[in-house]
Amino acid sequence: MAKTLFDKIWEAHIVQELENGPTQLYIDRHFIHEVTSPQAFGGLDKRGVKVFRPNQTFATCDHNTPTLNQDKPIEDPSCRVPIETLAANCKNHGIRYFPLRDPSNGIVHVIGPEQGITQPGMTIVCGDSHTATHGAFGAIAFGIGTSEVEMVLATQTLLQNKPKQMRITVNGKLGKCVTPKDVILYIISKLGTSGGTGYFVEYAGEVFENMSMEGRMTVCNMSIEMGARGGFVAPDSTTFNYLHGRKYVLQSAVSESGPQSDSTAGEWSEQQEAEFKAAVEKWSKLYSDPDAKFDKEYLFDGAEIEPMVTYGTDPGRGVAVTGTIPECDESGKKGLAYMGFAAGEKMLGKKVDYVFVGSCTNGRIEDFRAFANYVKGKKKASGVTVWLVPGSVEVEQKIAAEGLDKILHEAGFELRQPGCSACLAMNADKVPSGAYSLSTSNRNFEGRQGQGARTMLCSPIVAAAAAVTGVITDPRV
Amino acid sequence: MAFEKINILRSEVIATPVENIDTDQIIPARFLKATKREGFGEAMFRDWRYTENNELIEDSVFAKGSREAKILVAGKNFGCGSSREHAAWAIADYGFRAVVSSFFADIFKNNALNNGLLPVQVSDGFLSAIFNEQKKNGKVELEINLPQKSIEIAGTGIKENFPIGEYKRHCLENGLEDIDYLLTTKEIIANYEQNR
Repeated sequence: MAKTLFDKIWEAHIVQELENGPTQLYIDRHFIHEVTSPQAFGGLDKRGVKVFRPNQTFATCDHNTPTLNQDKPIEDPSCRVPIETLAANCKNHGIRYFPLRDPSNGIVHVIGPEQGITQPGMTIVCGDSHTATHGAFGAIAFGIGTSEVEMVLATQTLLQNKPKQMRITVNGKLGKCVTPKDVILYIISKLGTSGGTGYFVEYAGEVFENMSMEGRMTVCNMSIEMGARGGFVAPDSTTFNYLHGRKYVLQSAVSESGPQSDSTAGEWSEQQEAEFKAAVEKWSKLYSDPDAKFDKEYLFDGAEIEPMVTYGTDPGRGVAVTGTIPECDESGKKGLAYMGFAAGEKMLGKKVDYVFVGSCTNGRIEDFRAFANYVKGKKKASGVTVWLVPGSVEVEQKIAAEGLDKILHEAGFELRQPGCSACLAMNADKVPSGAYSLSTSNRNFEGRQGQGARTMLCSPIVAAAAAVTGVITDPRV
Repeated sequence: MAFEKINILRSEVIATPVENIDTDQIIPARFLKATKREGFGEAMFRDWRYTENNELIEDSVFAKGSREAKILVAGKNFGCGSSREHAAWAIADYGFRAVVSSFFADIFKNNALNNGLLPVQVSDGFLSAIFNEQKKNGKVELEINLPQKSIEIAGTGIKENFPIGEYKRHCLENGLEDIDYLLTTKEIIANYEQNR
């Protein structure tokens, strides 16, 4: 029988099927951070259970980390304590942990792919809804709750019901200044915030085939914003080229010596090359059969997508940057009131107080290249506060190595240090009440970027255009 | 750890017709700092219940509703957004044992089930009937019968069945957690690892 890629990966991870119940699913890779793991370790300790497969869990701190002065002790105890707790738990249980300023530290969904931990055909979970990001590699990756984090730590398995399957195909060529972020904001604006609930999504078609790995990560990242458990793209040569040479891509690197292992990236031996080649051969079989059936299919034309911006308080409320705020239902009206907007108004020219570039959605090197490319030779608008926050230490280092920091500096921008930052404002980077924030992150919920903060979501290029004008601007003109 | 069993639950409700309530509303990120599970009830729907200056908002559904209510009723797509289990902990810690909506986000539903908080998915019509009853009488009482998988608006005869998997129903009725079962399967897991 013809199978989808999802079927193939799912079936390969079934430990057992419970009678009249869920599937016990094996988990290949588990990421943890300081916000959703302490209670899971607390549960293990109460039960007297040790972590079952410590080599398969990787830890980083990101949500509470300051984005300035990371070399100094964290002053705010409400940020420091969860991070210290994570460090202690990892030490106790023999889990690899990338602490602040470690070359591998950064936002969990940025470092997983960067370090080669995320790979095609795997099952990957994390106590974080944006775990969907890892689907860019053709992995079944989804967010879980803390009780489930505890289950994975204890048994490397979860009890899961198989989701339904959806395919979203986008063909055609993307227009000028139209980025992967615009593609996913467009899709969510069509499907709504619950259009994908109960489904796992496969993204297919020319637009995704021609997209970089970082672009695919941006798209898959926001699958959860339409309610989907996750979304993926079938792996191809773009995927394999990205993975080649990365630190933990070889099983031998993951297995060896356990925590804090430092098997070097870069030049591989002949034996390592052979191990990679064998992996690529296996990964090359990961695709949906041509006649495989999906429970739901959508087809969009890439040429119709324009640079997008959101106007409401859920990610489904998006329009073209040149568009007009539409008439809304009751919950949409509540959002418009919060934003201080009204139906019929144009988005162009709306005032912007804060610009945030970063997060697990748009905190990668290509995002900073796009931003720098746009602001090169221009000047930051006075009156706009701009936070540029790399997604990881590696991204931060690349920005410097490519000289982007100089371009940004000349245009009047300062870079901060890696972390989740203003995406959810758990650290000091909070947008004040009532202020308008144009953000490359993933959620415009009420209060998400600070109590009373009003968020509009967009791509790094639309963010750049507003950073130099102070208002919502069409980057194409 | 293990939670209280659920069988038949009859209670007044607190009802809000607001749709797409995300977990950032249920518990804002600034309250996710604690490293224990307990005590999140105080922060539940904090920004609906209190102003930025920590003054009680007297016309919020929570201030107006009964503090004894064990059932929360909300518009469709409840619990979307962040996977934070703190949302389920906060609702349970506040005193609710069940949430009724016409649609739940996946991760929230799992988190609720793993904490003895029963998500009851009803039809749009049934949900409207609850809100209508609330409007008419100022309050509503629901009876949820888990063994029969049924929910009834008390005193109206309006009743329907709700979906729940047999496995999870068994867990909730008996106060069992997934992890206790999973820990008994380590040999099966090791076997799988050997043979994959």
